[in-house]
Amino acid sequence: MNTDNILIKVENLKKSFGDFEVLKGISTEVHKGEVVAIIGASGSGKSTFLRALNLLEKPTSGHIYFEGTDITKDGIDINKHRQKMGMVFQQFNLFPHLTIMQNMTIGPIKLLNKDKEQAKADALKLLGRVGLSDRANSYPNQLSGGQKQRVAIVRALAMQPDVMLFDEPTSALDPEMVGEVLEVMKQLAKEGMTMVVVTHEMGFAREVANKVLFVSDGVIAEEAEPKECFENPKNPRLKDFLSKVL
Amino acid sequence: MDAWLENFKREFTLNFIEGNRWLQLADGLKVTMIITLFAVIIGICIGIVIAVIRSTYDKNIEEMKGLKKLILSFLNAVAKLYLTVIRGTPVVVQLMIMYYIIFASSTNGQLIAILAFGINSGAYVAEIFRSGIMSVDKGQFEAGRSLGFNFIQTMWYIIFPQAFKNVLPALANEFIVLLKETSVAGYVAITDLTRAGDIIRGRTFSAFMPLIAVALVYLVIVIILTWLVGRLERRLRSSEH
Repeated sequence: MNTDNILIKVENLKKSFGDFEVLKGISTEVHKGEVVAIIGASGSGKSTFLRALNLLEKPTSGHIYFEGTDITKDGIDINKHRQKMGMVFQQFNLFPHLTIMQNMTIGPIKLLNKDKEQAKADALKLLGRVGLSDRANSYPNQLSGGQKQRVAIVRALAMQPDVMLFDEPTSALDPEMVGEVLEVMKQLAKEGMTMVVVTHEMGFAREVANKVLFVSDGVIAEEAEPKECFENPKNPRLKDFLSKVL
Repeated sequence: MDAWLENFKREFTLNFIEGNRWLQLADGLKVTMIITLFAVIIGICIGIVIAVIRSTYDKNIEEMKGLKKLILSFLNAVAKLYLTVIRGTPVVVQLMIMYYIIFASSTNGQLIAILAFGINSGAYVAEIFRSGIMSVDKGQFEAGRSLGFNFIQTMWYIIFPQAFKNVLPALANEFIVLLKETSVAGYVAITDLTRAGDIIRGRTFSAFMPLIAVALVYLVIVIILTWLVGRLERRLRSSEH
């Protein structure tokens, strides 16, 4: 892939919480249309890394270039850039005081100045894609975990982002609901959405990702295509990790 | 029994009907309601500002640097000082300080009382709001920010509505307390409901009727307020099922 379609470029990213260094210098690139899976043991820093990409965790040092702009620079309007980076959380984080429809339209209406009726129509279309058009007027607490996560995904999509960040999107789900969420993500990948996914679903990483990053001890210990990564792992810690999870 | 009823009638007439004394109670009630209403509004405004300063400080100070950090630290210190002083002294003393010292040149007692009670209530409302803001899950804040909302927008659209629902019972309690606390307004020559009852008592040399009447009026208002808040709570809870 050439350098023109680099969407996110990370340079020597470090993050410390107090004296504890979680990220010890991460450099990588995400290209347009790519699906990047981030795997690793819990506590390895993979979630921190993902959350640093849209500055939910402020990096201690290093640079993140998003669409060519260094978003770690002082004085940058991070809110503008975040509108282009959809995020899906482990705990869904739907807004419980708003209906599904309001959850999906509040961003487009308030931030993109979209016409109300237009925003509603777009939201309904998106809900239809994940099979939830009939729940538009429900409140989040009336939905199952899998439904909530599907709504969370389309809520992020309603902002028409250029990249979607997923932070362990299926980890808080009952096992029987994992499939429906992964299915939506697969569909999204097929449509060419750029995705960065922190996941414990090795099957998903293997099947859908173009690239797998194995994070261990705050660094990327291995970066490879899924086939290579799963069938011929080089790093001993990755071998060890895979022997435990596969 | 007849004698008692006769006596009751006479007392009632003496305290409320003669010289249209009930009008004094009505005027006093009006003053009490005006002071309470505007003090509540001031209290909410101060409360929101202080609560936002305090919770912004708690949430963000570690990540801030330079001038912003300095300003926020200063504001937080001012907020803390305010809370300490207001919560550490009796409201009636604050009222008298306002009336006899700070606004000694003014004779608008009602306005001074509104300010004094508003500033007093603000301290309690601030802590109520802060606990409400803190009670909203951190993920809600992150979800708001990740959509691209700035700090203020996230607070306004996402956090406040949820925090408000959580603190509504505590907030209602604070306003009920405030309504009753205004009964010390008589200390600075304001004829509120309590003072009106006391004036009638002084004229008629009969304590029972005016004081019980005053107590009943407070009680009825509080019962109505409680009922209204209960309805509001039920409506806000409609999203939970």
